[in-house]
Amino acid sequence: MRAFKNWLVAVVGATGLSAGSAFADYALNMREGVTATSQANYEIHMIIFWVCVAIGIVVFGAMIYSMIAHRKSKGAVAAQFHESTLMEIVWTVIPIVILISMAIPATKTLLAMEDTSNADMTIKVTGVQWKWKYDYVDGAAEGVSIISSLHPDHNEARLLKTGQTTESLRAQFGDQYLLDVDNPLVIPTGQKIRFLLTAADVIHAWWVPDLGWKKDAIPGFVNEAWTKVDKPGVYRGQCAELCGKDHGFMPIVVVAKDPADYAKWVESQKGAAADAAAAADRVWMKDELIAKGEKVYNTNCAACHQANGAGLPGAFPAIAGSAIANGAAAAHVDTVMNGRAGTAMAAYKSILNDVDMAAVLTFQRNSWGNSGSVIQPADIKAVR
Amino acid sequence: MSHEATHDGHDDHGPAKGLMRWVTTTNHKDIGTLYLLFALVMFFIGGAMAMVIRAELFQPGLQVVDPQFFNSMTTVHALVMIFGAVMPAFTGLANWLIPMQIGAPDMALPRMNNFSFWILPFAFSLLLSTFFMEGGGPAGGWTIYPPLSLQMGDGFPFMIFAIHLAGISSIMGSINVVVTILNMRAPGMTLMKMPLFVWTWLITAYLLIATMPVLAGAVTMLLTDKFAATSFFSAAGGGDPVMYQHIFWFFGHPEVYILILPAFGIVSAIVPTFARKPLFGYSSMVYATASIAFLSFIVWAHHMFTVGMPVVGELFFMYATMMIAVPTGVKVFNWVSTMWKGSMTFETPMLFAIGFIMMFTLGGFSGLMLAIAPADFQYHDTYFVVAHFHYVLVTGAIYSIMAAAYYWLPKWTGNMYDETLGKWHFWISTISVNVLFFPQHFLGLAGMPRRIPDYAVQFADWNMISSIGGFVFGLSQLMFVVVIYKAIKGGKKATDQVWEGATGLEFEQLSSPPPYHSFNEAPVIK
Ligand code: HEC
Ligand code: HEM
Ligand SMILES: [Cu+2]
Ligand SMILES: [Cu+2]
Repeated sequence: MRAFKNWLVAVVGATGLSAGSAFADYALNMREGVTATSQANYEIHMIIFWVCVAIGIVVFGAMIYSMIAHRKSKGAVAAQFHESTLMEIVWTVIPIVILISMAIPATKTLLAMEDTSNADMTIKVTGVQWKWKYDYVDGAAEGVSIISSLHPDHNEARLLKTGQTTESLRAQFGDQYLLDVDNPLVIPTGQKIRFLLTAADVIHAWWVPDLGWKKDAIPGFVNEAWTKVDKPGVYRGQCAELCGKDHGFMPIVVVAKDPADYAKWVESQKGAAADAAAAADRVWMKDELIAKGEKVYNTNCAACHQANGAGLPGAFPAIAGSAIANGAAAAHVDTVMNGRAGTAMAAYKSILNDVDMAAVLTFQRNSWGNSGSVIQPADIKAVR
Repeated sequence: MSHEATHDGHDDHGPAKGLMRWVTTTNHKDIGTLYLLFALVMFFIGGAMAMVIRAELFQPGLQVVDPQFFNSMTTVHALVMIFGAVMPAFTGLANWLIPMQIGAPDMALPRMNNFSFWILPFAFSLLLSTFFMEGGGPAGGWTIYPPLSLQMGDGFPFMIFAIHLAGISSIMGSINVVVTILNMRAPGMTLMKMPLFVWTWLITAYLLIATMPVLAGAVTMLLTDKFAATSFFSAAGGGDPVMYQHIFWFFGHPEVYILILPAFGIVSAIVPTFARKPLFGYSSMVYATASIAFLSFIVWAHHMFTVGMPVVGELFFMYATMMIAVPTGVKVFNWVSTMWKGSMTFETPMLFAIGFIMMFTLGGFSGLMLAIAPADFQYHDTYFVVAHFHYVLVTGAIYSIMAAAYYWLPKWTGNMYDETLGKWHFWISTISVNVLFFPQHFLGLAGMPRRIPDYAVQFADWNMISSIGGFVFGLSQLMFVVVIYKAIKGGKKATDQVWEGATGLEFEQLSSPPPYHSFNEAPVIK
């Protein structure tokens, strides 16, 4: 296959139709990526591409020749042949042979891609409108949980009619506009990582081109995929399945750290987790909760209910003046913990921890003229 | 001069006068015209939405519309183009041409014909009216995947009902086509003598009858999931959102062939005329069409490689999809062989037909690439797919419809269209459509997902180029309207044969324009 490909590159390059090297420079082609899967996919993509180029040269060549040579204005007289069983057989069999020779490497690559066995660690990925949640299921970082949303600076720049242009965005964000998050996913290099993908509300798809695949995250179901990155680095991607209003604004950032750096990172996360656990056990002041709740609200709820609590008529209800946010705490807690089936209101039970949940509820109950009560982390713990 | 032409207006009544002619007509030519004009209007409505999309994507940042409205633009653009423009245009062509090509006086079920057309304006008014309801138009993609589609506002049931109506219209139209072709052929017009346009439509009609009810079922289940507390597609209630995708694509993949098979028939009529040489491999064309139709039922899940199917399923759908390239290839090779050693001229219909063959083949190539399942894990849901289906649909289906309009317009109106303007239309469209869609291959490969209103700056250059191509392509379609208008109004008289190399009953036995009722007496088939 490789020799065939090189031969084709040479032929096509020589006819000046395309210069292979131009591909890399102008981001015209698929990225080779940093995993065995992405490289295998790149290879197979290039093979099928050149196969198409070759067939194209033959077919278009014949057409163009015919259009030049067999035109009436040149005095061409039409032949009257109109069938040939031999030709029909030839141009049925040759494509079949080409396709079979394509199917073999494709099958091999696919089988390797789908083999999630013998993983070193597992990370659960949950798509939520419009952010990603990562749970480290086992390994050194077991119990660590990350919520990853579009970086606040980008979130501000992408608002309608803020007068942004290509230049202003490039000046501010380089080539990372919309591809940066507040909290990235951190993985160790050299380990086979198994991903379990699911979603809380609608279907999303988790895609980092450099890893070589995307996979749907489907509410109520768990999909599997895997990766093994050898080179430390930052790899960026995006949600690839339409998931509503802010589908274009839920990027993915994967930071691959070598084992030593990864261990350090795990330590820092464990410390933060311990602090969080301690925080959940104490009684909070109202102001503290409101201040924290505002942050939680802005990253998790404002996309729908809006920063001013007014919602979007017809799609997302207002929290300001809402009967739920002003009524009994239990109903409010239940709405946010369990969501509303069949609507865009997802269940936040598994997305927010006790402190964040208590904080956001308290914030909603005490903002925009709402006159509600305080909900403590312990209240949330009690209903879990 | 044919028998029919000399008797024009003698024993048959002409059309009624005024608006009621169009409301109550049961004449296949009138209904064909209605369908075609409706399709043209929809083409511009869908096109206007595409212009909004390309304007927003002209550069990064949000300048024109908010993301929710953007999503409703992509969704309704696709629904309007597929169900409102391409399908009615093909049905219009079927109405005009099938009776004339098989030597029948009219369609078999003329009243149903009237009804199936007049449903459409209501269907699409309903669909477009959702923009004025709380929550706005549908924004979950033309594929209407749950659970996202269930988040739609008040317009949801109206959208579903619009799809039901459009589906009923298609089914009735298809039944009419099947009954007409099977029962009303002139004596001697055996199946294997029928023009390929008739053949491809016969097979398309079966595809429609088989798949439209599947779509209707799927969207009805959405409706009950939303309003009747069923959970067909909700995991929380024991259902499965992926099930919807299987049902949808069981309709959806045959649907893409519904959108292209009649195009194959059109091109198979035009190329021989302008090559002055019979179609190469007529019977292999018929068999290829039939095998494509069969295969189109067993490849649906290639749209779903990333949903997490078992690997055996992925392999099956990959192999089956690769297979479908074989009969498609046979068609292309047959067209090229028809051109080979012909005596070609390049009037506008031929230009569009050749444009079709080349650019449809390009779309076939990217289709072949998408069929490679592991690579599709990179391509899927990116601009690469957007480029693929626009090559097969715009430079495929739409180009064939334009070719057909130029080819048969002189027959229908009795007047030659403006050839110079036609050629300008072709060349400007062809250059701009490639500026519009070719760079989208690069964008997709470089990592730009589809259905997003805003993107990273490294995608800026190609998007700007693509948008410019889009604006030029959109504007240049106004030329098409001018051409049609001028040809209806007058112009050089067309001969009965219209084109030097044209064959078939409509060119050999009917005047240009044909009498209001043609073939009241069955023609003699040589
Ligand atoms: C994806 C959009 C979306 C996000 C994000 C979202 N909500 Fe909602 N929310 C909704 C919708 C839609 C409803 C209405 C549900 C219904 O129709 O019953 C709702 C309803 C509610 C209600 C009940 C309001 C009432 O008066 O009935 C509360 C309280 C609420 N959400 C709180 C939250 C909180 C807290 C968050 C963040 C943690 C949040 N929502 C995030 C879409 C969203
Ligand atoms: C050689 C023949 C073809 C092959 C092998 C092929 C293959 C494919 C594959 C594998 C996909 C899914 C890509 C993805 O989403 O990842 C796809 C998408 C699509 N194809 Fe084709 N295709 C072919 C011809 C056609 C034709 C003739 C049409 C219509 C005229 C068509 C219309 C479409 C459309 C509309 C989509 C996108 C659907 C969506 O996601 O909204 N294709 N094709
Ligand atoms: Cu998304
Ligand atoms: Cu398909």
